[in-house]
Amino acid sequence: MALTTAPGRTPRTGPVGPRPTRRGAGRARYGEGLAGYVFLSPWLIGLMGITALPMLLSLWLSFTDYDILTPLSEVRWVGLANYERMFTADPSYWHAVRVTLTFALVAVPLKLAAALGVALLLNRTWRGVGLFRGLFYLPSLLGGSVALAIVWVNMFNRDGAFNSFLALFGVEGLPWVADPDWALQTLMVLAIWQFGAPMVIFLAGLKQVPVELYEAAAVDGAGVWRRFRAVTLPMLSPVIFFNLVLETIHGFQGFTAAFVLSNGTGGPVDSTLMYTLKLYISGFTDLEMGYASAMAWVFLLAIALITAVFFSTGRFWVHYSDGGDDS
Amino acid sequence: MTAVTAGAGRRRPRNRQALRLLVLVVIVAVVLYPLVWMLGTSVKSQAEIVNNIGLLPEDFTPGNYVEGWTNFDVGFGRFFLNSAMVSLLTVVGNALSCLLAAYALGRLRFRLRKVWFTVMIGTLLLPGHVLIVPQYILFRSLGLVGGDWPYLPLLVPHFLATEAFFVFLMVQFMRGIPRELDEAAKIDGASPYGVFRHVILPLSRPALVTTAIFSFIWTWNDFFRQLVFLSTLQDYTVPVALTLFIDSTSQSAVGPMFAMSVLSLLPVFLFFLAFQRMLVEGINTSGLKG
Repeated sequence: MALTTAPGRTPRTGPVGPRPTRRGAGRARYGEGLAGYVFLSPWLIGLMGITALPMLLSLWLSFTDYDILTPLSEVRWVGLANYERMFTADPSYWHAVRVTLTFALVAVPLKLAAALGVALLLNRTWRGVGLFRGLFYLPSLLGGSVALAIVWVNMFNRDGAFNSFLALFGVEGLPWVADPDWALQTLMVLAIWQFGAPMVIFLAGLKQVPVELYEAAAVDGAGVWRRFRAVTLPMLSPVIFFNLVLETIHGFQGFTAAFVLSNGTGGPVDSTLMYTLKLYISGFTDLEMGYASAMAWVFLLAIALITAVFFSTGRFWVHYSDGGDDS
Repeated sequence: MTAVTAGAGRRRPRNRQALRLLVLVVIVAVVLYPLVWMLGTSVKSQAEIVNNIGLLPEDFTPGNYVEGWTNFDVGFGRFFLNSAMVSLLTVVGNALSCLLAAYALGRLRFRLRKVWFTVMIGTLLLPGHVLIVPQYILFRSLGLVGGDWPYLPLLVPHFLATEAFFVFLMVQFMRGIPRELDEAAKIDGASPYGVFRHVILPLSRPALVTTAIFSFIWTWNDFFRQLVFLSTLQDYTVPVALTLFIDSTSQSAVGPMFAMSVLSLLPVFLFFLAFQRMLVEGINTSGLKG
């Protein structure tokens, strides 16, 4: 970029006379390389010390039987034993994988469907739309708080509010959160209930769809459903993609609600043993930090793999309009 | 579509509008029910919690709040102070360090800038659970876990801009600040530091406010890291303290537990009321998660 005087701005002439423009600009340019690293230094220190070094340490630990009580210098290298145990000798590990996959596969699509449905209902301009938007967003904001998880668990107790509601129709409820067949579903409902964040992103996407497209489709005789399928869905596909990736990664990391429901055990009968909870129990309850590190690395690779799969399949269904509009 | 009379033509969209509103009101009722129920239960007496299935108490009793507040030896006030301190210092750390990094990555030209930017984007996807074990070991070997000031493991990462999300948010924001302002300041003899101080810092207020709000709410609600790093009762933050109620599974604790849950959500709720517009628009532009 050329270093010229910005339009509409004349060089200042003060008591000291005209500034030595060329020298001043040159000096600023001269210091930019160093200044870049000065400003970047906190982040760089953080990257090295808080992110990169722990990652290397964690990779090394995953090949050891580190238990935090023995000093790091005396840790025993065990090769692939942790990974072997994880994949072949620890049924509760596979169970945790299944619980997490089930949770993500069911809760994420339903949450996105709810988000899109409500966004479509709200996609009109009228008084009060802002209030609705805010109220739907509120549960997402309270998100992973312990307080919300506590409320949820109590609501789906044997004598909780949900069963009282069922009783109005003469249906006898279950102790949902204590029932191994239903505890995970209770957590799914909690996740779906927090559809506000993707909903707001959908709303922003819907605002970008040109009205002319709907008008053209209507002129061609397309009904509501046809217009949704032929106009809304393709135009919205980049936003759907964005939400899908974000919510899936988010879903894999669910911890707080599962911890609160089971008091940190993953119960009843391991039915809510989410991957991150299993990792926490291995590392901080059983103090098997080498084993937990191996688990963490598989988790990282799994998330990277899933993201990669999303991005490689995305080009078959995500539609990007060429130029973008001029607004 | 067949021809309809003018009157029917006008009524149809209005009916549809009414139906739309009705559906929305029903969904809002479902969405808000758990929150209202929590509020109602927190002011019910023990007997009413068991017997009265209604949303609101017949007999308003604030006793749960008194009982909850004075629970667990050190009292809930202590937990709230701890949480407030951790959250506020996190806000300061995030806002400062992420702004510095964003200025470097978004506005300055230096060697390897593109490489660092790519690395920053990469850390955006890194789940915190992956780093928790080695970070715990590192902080512990430095004597910072359960040390004189047990909050350092929670705070240090935020003063080193490790929350890539906010760095990214601010880089995006800074792209919108006209380059001409930098150039003009440079011509007036300003160094990169001067440009930061006199151009970027004052203009970044909106991004700083967004960062502050979200880092406060996230830290206030965070549980995982606080659970791992805090081990002494008097150091507990609110989320960790709330789990003490679950440990003491006795039925009589339900009222105080709900009262403290309500109080713990209060700061977030007040933020929500104050910044509702901004919060909702903030996730529009950045995809921030609640």
